[in-house]
Amino acid sequence: MNLTLFVWRQKNAKEKGRMERYEAHDVDPDMSFLEMLDVVNQDLIHNGKEPIAFDHDCREGICGTCSLTVNGIPHGEQKRTTVCQLHMRHFKDGDSIYIEPFRARAFPVVKDLVVDRQALDTVIQSGGYVSVSTGEAQDGNTLLIPRHDAEYSMDAAECIGCGACVAACPNGSAMLFVGAKVASLAQLPQGKVEAAQRVCVMTETMLDQGFGNCSNHYECEAACPKGISVKFIAKLNREYLKSLKE
Amino acid sequence: MILDGKVPSGPLEQKWENHVHDSRLINPANKRKFRIIVVGTGLAGASAAASLGELGFNVDVFCYQDSSRRAHSIAAQGGINAAKNYRNDGDSVFRLFHDTIKGGDFRAREANVYRLAQLSGNIIDQCVAQGVPFARDYAGYLDTRSFGGALVQRTFYARGQTGQQLLLGAYQALSRQIRDGKVQVHTRTEMVDLVLVQGEAKGIIVRDMVSGGLSAHAGDCVVLATGGYSNVYYLSTNAKGCNVTAAFRAYKKGALFANPCYTQIHPTCIPASGHYQSKLTLMSESLRNDGRIWAPGGKGDKRPPSEIPDAERDYYLERKYPTYGNLAPRDIASRAAKEACDEGRGVGATGRGVYLDFAESIQRLGKAAIEERYGNLFEMYERITGEDGYSTPMRIYPAPHYTMGGLWVDYNLQSNLPGLFVIGEANFSDHGANRLGASALMQGLADGYFVLPNTIGTYLAGTSPGAVQKDRDEFQAGMAEAGDRVARLLSINGRKTVDDFHRELGHIMWEDVGMARSEESLKRALAEIPKLRSEFWESVKVPGEAADFNQELEKALRLADFLEFGELLALDALHRDESCGGHFRVEHQTEEGEALRHDDKFSFVAAWEYKGNGKAPEMHREPLTFENVKLAVRSYK
Repeated sequence: MNLTLFVWRQKNAKEKGRMERYEAHDVDPDMSFLEMLDVVNQDLIHNGKEPIAFDHDCREGICGTCSLTVNGIPHGEQKRTTVCQLHMRHFKDGDSIYIEPFRARAFPVVKDLVVDRQALDTVIQSGGYVSVSTGEAQDGNTLLIPRHDAEYSMDAAECIGCGACVAACPNGSAMLFVGAKVASLAQLPQGKVEAAQRVCVMTETMLDQGFGNCSNHYECEAACPKGISVKFIAKLNREYLKSLKE
Repeated sequence: MILDGKVPSGPLEQKWENHVHDSRLINPANKRKFRIIVVGTGLAGASAAASLGELGFNVDVFCYQDSSRRAHSIAAQGGINAAKNYRNDGDSVFRLFHDTIKGGDFRAREANVYRLAQLSGNIIDQCVAQGVPFARDYAGYLDTRSFGGALVQRTFYARGQTGQQLLLGAYQALSRQIRDGKVQVHTRTEMVDLVLVQGEAKGIIVRDMVSGGLSAHAGDCVVLATGGYSNVYYLSTNAKGCNVTAAFRAYKKGALFANPCYTQIHPTCIPASGHYQSKLTLMSESLRNDGRIWAPGGKGDKRPPSEIPDAERDYYLERKYPTYGNLAPRDIASRAAKEACDEGRGVGATGRGVYLDFAESIQRLGKAAIEERYGNLFEMYERITGEDGYSTPMRIYPAPHYTMGGLWVDYNLQSNLPGLFVIGEANFSDHGANRLGASALMQGLADGYFVLPNTIGTYLAGTSPGAVQKDRDEFQAGMAEAGDRVARLLSINGRKTVDDFHRELGHIMWEDVGMARSEESLKRALAEIPKLRSEFWESVKVPGEAADFNQELEKALRLADFLEFGELLALDALHRDESCGGHFRVEHQTEEGEALRHDDKFSFVAAWEYKGNGKAPEMHREPLTFENVKLAVRSYK
């Protein structure tokens, strides 16, 4: 099939960007979206033009590196799918596709479709962990964890940190990302000791980093390639309230 | 030169404890005067950097990804082995040690493997304490399952994302050290060279992948945790960015590269669908428990699978290996698939695939049972291929997955270059010629959390902290050399892209240095790789500028090293005139087609020394002696 692509090109963080038009010919329906861009890039290089920069690494939907907005939706329209796992069979001949970077105040563009998501790391660094050093652990089975709690924690821990939730939110909020980490740890006995302090400092850091607040649009859950539930935002709010009482 | 692995004396069970006791310690007040450079933030690198920071050292950690949470350890699905014996099913440290040595086809160092088994339980405890949500049973105890190559249930797991959860545990421990200022993290920063000062590793040259700027970093020692080299095959299950550059640059500075020919090909991956294919995706081999593998009996049979009657199908694993059938080991299953396709009996558009058929299991157990066992894998298969594996057989094909070879290290995980430590998949030490499932995560974390923090002190205690600064000539020379390499690549402006060349290299490696190697094929590869390398340096086209975010340049720098490394891999494979584990020489096989070792001639580690451009590398040996296990022949009939 043949497609028309409109792609965001931006030389670097300082210069202005613009949409550029490209034609993609003979696109195979079995290609992944990123393989389609690979082929477009090979053509650009052969024609002496600069290829389109985009982030990617594992190409199997787990590393969280790829970060394209396809037709206005982070990772594209297919549910629970990173853009590296989106395949061209979901498009049809003659389609126009608009490809932009993840857009959020906290994610400045580095180049073309590549953004800087350092802010998410900064939030984790502020307190998204259990403060245990190597060697301090006791036997793993001395800490019994009800299966339900382990599963709940795992549901939240599946977050791949891609930032689609932020890009999908009209407020550029990272509350699904923060909520998933806070909930995952707060549900486990080993994470409870620091739970109050953790939720406060992570929430503060989140705001400092330029992320907005949740206003219940639920776009984050819809865009999340791992289907992380907004119930973890509710949990984040509950943990935050609890921390104020302490 | 005969290499000394510096294995401590004494009984196997006491070697590690005695060694830790004999190691030199550094006064806690002095630790902050040292600066350690760690390259890579996968399981090994992140756990090492975090643990060293906790001890009080200053650490600089580097990764090419945009966040230290994204290293490819994250993609490991299955689980992590530990000899906890929670099941009371006869497991022990010795049994895990024995399974790992045997699985590695008796080509690993006994003392290292025993230590790995001893530390395996501590890893689980550490990860639980960090909040890794391992699977639990209804009473709240840790759950385990069985995995290939073992008769006990010792594999701990977190759904199908064990690697992700363990890596996030290490990443979070690392994040705490970053907050405390003990660790400085440098993301989107790629190591392009190692710096030696008077023969000792004292720093690295890196390229900032955003600005394109080169810079030097000095430290008191250097730790490489840079993963494996499966991408020498172009298509593999590794992430696109995985590369051999850090390890190979160290090799060119004098570090020995051990057993590069030990590569693991995984049998159950989703086949390539066309020329544009950029990577391969693995599906858990647990699928082989209920799926039957077959290819059409006749050549060029283009009928859809449903129209091929049972009598015209060749269930070749069941035919050749009646006892193990579809559960034959990875290497045997992989080779048999390639043979069927080479005979023209492959399926799918490219003819590089065989069927994995669940029809019989569905009939016997019902679709619901299969869905419950493998639902996520069928979903993954459908997302990638657009086909429903329940109603039509899946197509599978082998793919390069893990590399057991790596930089040579002694018992302290130090290379032959003082001050250069190598951990995780990047070293050669624990898996011999073949790695068992659920052992990679175990090794990465054992090295990073427990081994390195206890062995690095002996080296550091003999140095003066901060003695080497980056204003020395060696750093300036390293920067200049890296700058020249970048400039040269950009100046060629030829007619083929980096990917064109990488695909060609991958083709040579796969066909001639893949899962069935012969003297003839290896000699052919040794003739073709240098030709391709010359062509690369004459006619590659790398667009853009040096001082910019330039992904084509990143790829070109990595491929330049793969083009030299591929030759070393083929040379090692040619030299090792036996079959063992993942290294299969067609000249050496039993009547049943299994690997035939030659312990009398090849019971050693082959460690290669770089002798200069255009010169043949020199091989050094570390003899392997087995005092605690009996060498045996594998049989899966």
